[in-house]
Amino acid sequence: MAERLLDLLLAELPDAVVEVGSYLGDEIALVHRDRVRDVLTLLRDHESSKMDMLVDLTVVDYLGQSPRFEVVYHLRSTTFGHRLRVKAGVPEDDPTIASVADLWKSANWSEREAWDLYGVRFEGHPDLRRILMYGAFEGHPLRKDYPQNARQPLVRRPDAPPTDELTTRLRLHSHDRRVE
Amino acid sequence: MNQPASYIPTKLQEAVNWAQKYSLFTYPFATACCAMEFMSTLGPRYDLARFGAEFPRFSPRQADLLIVIGTIVERQAPVLRRVYDQMADPKWVMAFGVCASTGGFYQNYTVTPGADQVIPVDVYVPGCPPRPEQVMDGLMVLMNRIQDHRGSVQREVGPTATATPILDRRRLPVLPDGTSMVLDKEERMPKDGRVR
Amino acid sequence: MSLDSTGTVTPYSPSDELAGTIPLPPSLAAYADEPERLPTDEVIVNMGPSHPAMHGTVRIVARLDGELIKDADVQVGYLHRGFEKECEAATYTQIFPYVDRLNYVSAMLNNVGYAMAVEKLLGITDRIPERAEYIRVIVGELSRISDHLTCIVASLAELGGLTTFFWGNRAREHVWELLEDVSGARLTYSYCRIGGVAWDLTPDFADKARVKLTKIADYVADVRKLVERNRIFLDRMEGVGVISKEDAISYGFTGPCLRACGVAYDVRKDHPYSVYDHFDFDVPIAHGGDNLARYLVRIEEIYQSMSIIEQALAQIPPGPIIMDDPAIALPAKREVYNTIEGMIAHFKHIMEGIRVPPGEAYSYTEAANGELGFFIVSDGTGRPYKCRCRPPCFYITSALRDMILGANVADVVPIFGSINMIGGECDR
Repeated sequence: MAERLLDLLLAELPDAVVEVGSYLGDEIALVHRDRVRDVLTLLRDHESSKMDMLVDLTVVDYLGQSPRFEVVYHLRSTTFGHRLRVKAGVPEDDPTIASVADLWKSANWSEREAWDLYGVRFEGHPDLRRILMYGAFEGHPLRKDYPQNARQPLVRRPDAPPTDELTTRLRLHSHDRRVE
Repeated sequence: MNQPASYIPTKLQEAVNWAQKYSLFTYPFATACCAMEFMSTLGPRYDLARFGAEFPRFSPRQADLLIVIGTIVERQAPVLRRVYDQMADPKWVMAFGVCASTGGFYQNYTVTPGADQVIPVDVYVPGCPPRPEQVMDGLMVLMNRIQDHRGSVQREVGPTATATPILDRRRLPVLPDGTSMVLDKEERMPKDGRVR
Repeated sequence: MSLDSTGTVTPYSPSDELAGTIPLPPSLAAYADEPERLPTDEVIVNMGPSHPAMHGTVRIVARLDGELIKDADVQVGYLHRGFEKECEAATYTQIFPYVDRLNYVSAMLNNVGYAMAVEKLLGITDRIPERAEYIRVIVGELSRISDHLTCIVASLAELGGLTTFFWGNRAREHVWELLEDVSGARLTYSYCRIGGVAWDLTPDFADKARVKLTKIADYVADVRKLVERNRIFLDRMEGVGVISKEDAISYGFTGPCLRACGVAYDVRKDHPYSVYDHFDFDVPIAHGGDNLARYLVRIEEIYQSMSIIEQALAQIPPGPIIMDDPAIALPAKREVYNTIEGMIAHFKHIMEGIRVPPGEAYSYTEAANGELGFFIVSDGTGRPYKCRCRPPCFYITSALRDMILGANVADVVPIFGSINMIGGECDR
């Protein structure tokens, strides 16, 4: 079922597709960033795909690679039951991509979340502001170069127990092998 | 007649403490997983009502035991402080579960490492989430502290901001000396490459 | 109430012309014959993030005109605990406690969903022992019962039915007792392992479960008797919080909330995983997309889950409960304590984690709130490069604004209760 989707994509928008493939049973299409709206509109509206549900939208941060970010869309069709993963690379120096919040309503919040946590800007989003973090937070915490323990506290008691030593020790010992 | 002059006030204080420890009105500041276990603790099988602390008061003004149930994240911390400041004296605080005590195994950019970074805490109940038996144990520890007149945390840090002018309430939280606990931008950001 | 000339009592209603005869204060006398022109101010009401009727940590800033909600801003994030950041720093096995605390009311289903995602990435999905699959189904469906019960009775308690809360709580204690027998924990189990489950069922589990299931069914029947013919309950649930089928799909609804809109999408039926194709069960749907439909779907799913558990208990085969592969499963404790090879294997397993080949996989299961997906990117080490959880109720909560617009401010409480927003899962 889903192979036909990839064929459809290659037939209709051959210049928008960088690469198609399949891994572990998931069909994947990597598309150009500028054409992602065309691809998603086609997949939503074409009568043999009818992907009427944007199941998930997220970003992967491949620090040190080019392009650095990859926006990942998971689509599903309620009519046919098939699924497709569409990915688009976004470079670090210009982290913008077209918003699809008007195609699927679920994209509204998930794009806000992607902007909040990864700093990928969605052009044309009606209300792009932070959703999980607070307004005074600086930076995008799920980027790989954001240290895991870098808190930006809003309030502290003056006599609060210090946390520097504890968190620094944790950081050295356990994780964060990618953050330095 | 040979008793020292403070005999009657002391006994009176004991009686007041005795009354207070059996009539705790709780404010459950429920945020996370521990709330499910708190529901069980209130529920028919474990029945916190036996200790006189069964009735959740969702108004801070009417409560005298703040139970911080679950993870406090940095975004939630000013809210917690505000609720604490709105409670009338005397008041006590119980940290329910490890997240409220230390942040638990969440040591990252968003989780406050313990509610005691923001408000003073009397009793820490460990567990992730604590079993209802542990909660009752923690409650009895707190009751003993109240009876011994050791429990009320605000005695250690002075009176809190219940008398704050109304206009200042927007700049929460405000300390008794009139200064604000809100960190400004320089204080908020990590310094010298160290994280906080 | 008023008496007319024939002596029959007619109920008073605000539209009654009697209402017009109530004298107005002098300052408003000019508006006496035009009640709709009475000057009103819009009020901003702030609900949450700590609110008695908001059992999640959500904040709703609503602009009210009288009782009606004109505009609202739903703010989540008051329980954002950095799940993904923690996952990137933990080994694949260490992530189980974190997924427990996503949807903490049905932690087993999260366990199963995450374990299946890693197994898909490892390519061992069809090598899981069958007994482990059956155990996963049993504990998962028990968790689903617990989740639906909690959702129903918590929202009923917010409507004033505290009795149902206590009865549902008792039923939930029975579920938790069973799960405690299996896993040792009441709420956050960390019971699944990659390649199987941690421990076998207790010898008397099946008998105990059958007894407990009848007790739970009794409690559910009691709760239903109290509310389903109750006028107050029906008035507050029926036709309140309606969302259309198209909107629900567009918002990414899954699970009971989508099925309450008449879409029979259930991952267990549409993309069967584990051993769900061995069981005979129905996918309940309801029409209307309102609070009552969501309530009815959840009630029926409790019965379906009970039926699945009974079938699974009858069918469960004997055998191992975790894969026999030293690269994936921890060695048995007696080997760890008594042989040097076992000790080394254990040490490497704990310190370095399970080596997962590079790649990415999206695996999805039917959790209590809908499709719970895990999108894992591996770079070939023992820790995931990225572990994204697709939270079902994040998308459902994103529609909350549309559902409460135009409703009365009191209706926010049942609407919010019926979508079952779980803070840990929504904000992660």
